[in-house]
Amino acid sequence: MNAVNVILKRELASYFATPVAYIFIIIFLMLSGVFTFYLGQFFERGQADLTSFFNFIPWLYIVLVPAVSMRLWSEERRSGTIELIMTLPLSTFQVVIGKFLAAWLFIGLALILTFPQWLTVNYLGDPDNGVILAGYIGAWFMSGGFLAIGSCLSAATKNQIVAFILTLVVCFVLVVSGFPIVQDVFSSWAPLWLVDAVSNVSFLSHFNAISRGVIDLRDFVYFAVMIVAFLYATALVVDMKKAD
Amino acid sequence: MISVSNLSKSFDSFSAVKDISFNVGAGEVLGFLGPNGAGKSTTMKMLTGFLAPSSGNVVVLGHDMSLDAINAQKQIGYLPEGAPAYGDMTVKASLTFIGEARGLKGQDLAARIDSVVSRVELASVLSKRIENLSKGFRRRLGLAQALLHDPKILILDEPTDGLDPNQKHQVRELIRNLSADKIVIVSTHILEEVSAVCTRAMILANGEILFDGTPDSLAAQSDFHNAVTLRVANLPAGLRSALESLSGVKEVQEGEIDQLTVFPTAGQSILADINQVLQAQGCQVEELHVEVGRLDDVFRKLTMSTGEGESV
Repeated sequence: MNAVNVILKRELASYFATPVAYIFIIIFLMLSGVFTFYLGQFFERGQADLTSFFNFIPWLYIVLVPAVSMRLWSEERRSGTIELIMTLPLSTFQVVIGKFLAAWLFIGLALILTFPQWLTVNYLGDPDNGVILAGYIGAWFMSGGFLAIGSCLSAATKNQIVAFILTLVVCFVLVVSGFPIVQDVFSSWAPLWLVDAVSNVSFLSHFNAISRGVIDLRDFVYFAVMIVAFLYATALVVDMKKAD
Repeated sequence: MISVSNLSKSFDSFSAVKDISFNVGAGEVLGFLGPNGAGKSTTMKMLTGFLAPSSGNVVVLGHDMSLDAINAQKQIGYLPEGAPAYGDMTVKASLTFIGEARGLKGQDLAARIDSVVSRVELASVLSKRIENLSKGFRRRLGLAQALLHDPKILILDEPTDGLDPNQKHQVRELIRNLSADKIVIVSTHILEEVSAVCTRAMILANGEILFDGTPDSLAAQSDFHNAVTLRVANLPAGLRSALESLSGVKEVQEGEIDQLTVFPTAGQSILADINQVLQAQGCQVEELHVEVGRLDDVFRKLTMSTGEGESV
């Protein structure tokens, strides 16, 4: 645990050592504000909830999470520091988990900083704060899923831009696989179990369930499994590709 | 002790290291020599557990690297080629990170950092960001992080690369002054470095060990070993043929103006004979010395004869 902690601390410090972290947070907050209040018609809807905020969060994450995850491993490989870190008496898993947790906490921090939205809705009305809390937790879990995928793809390349684009595409596919358009493509010919499988693999369907306040353990398990599976894959990819 | 047995590494179809075996004991300073691409760095990467060998194994102080890498790595301080470091960290933060990752903390860690910082003279840049450091400071930081936990084994990949002559001297002093119970493995392609710091030299080329012995025995393989170089004012016409006719002399070569190098057959000592000839001819000797052997000469001979060896 100590080893994971040491890696986590270093990674978090390095986010804030450059302006990147601040720029990320500012962009995230600005976009989430714009989406919630303008595109999401927060005021026009006249309902005391944050649905308009949570509806847009998956789309925001598709672009912003890969921007955080792209440097996780590719930068280590490009600069050669991977040789430094992987010859310390730490296991690959400890490093993978430490880096992932740092990124996840960072995204969590950005998410918490959207609290003015929550204050606004509480000032204007009397929302169900339990549902809002569920939405926040769901959003954080979803970002963990995206990040784990990004971590794995970042380990596969030395080039941050390639890592960014690959992660963006994979995350996009995982989000839209729950959409009716995608479902229609399958439903005309595929057996029902496949249609269900495609729908079930979608981040969106699981996240929507949580953010509506339907607390089903399976939705959380889904994200947890995603995270664990992709972190395991990350460790494999790191060991395979570290010397290239 | 580090024992390496039948170690091989291939990348796709290219084999970088071919079935090498050797042991290194405490107190030895082993120098890896070889042309670029000889397999020095690859071997070091396997010794430190960064790369998994294709076959064979590495045992570090009783810990098999493929089974118990963490305990083996605890014993090793490693300076990777090019001294990579996290550019966005300060020197102090970087050393603290490495120390904590090695399980040092509190007073202990602070004391160790102080000790290595003074040893490699990093005090003036402690709060500077690594990306703003000169090459020499970066290399020294790399050495500091390798020495931080006072490891029993030090593996340094080109520790003096990019340093100025004073810094090179300093690093060599540092290696020489490490306590006598450590194992040090250094790679370099600077040949003087081997005779300056190493107790044992190993020449690698195309992934194979071509030579393994003391730097002196390496020098003894040179054609120049025990050759005599002399300079005589107004070189007399008959001197060269007189020297050539000596029994132990294989060849006489002309060097710079008035300078001759006399090569013995099979490393014999020929100084006394030459001295007699010089006195008999009444030459005014300006310079006379016995060559120990030229390492670059041996190096070229050994690595070029394998056919593919690049020049240094």
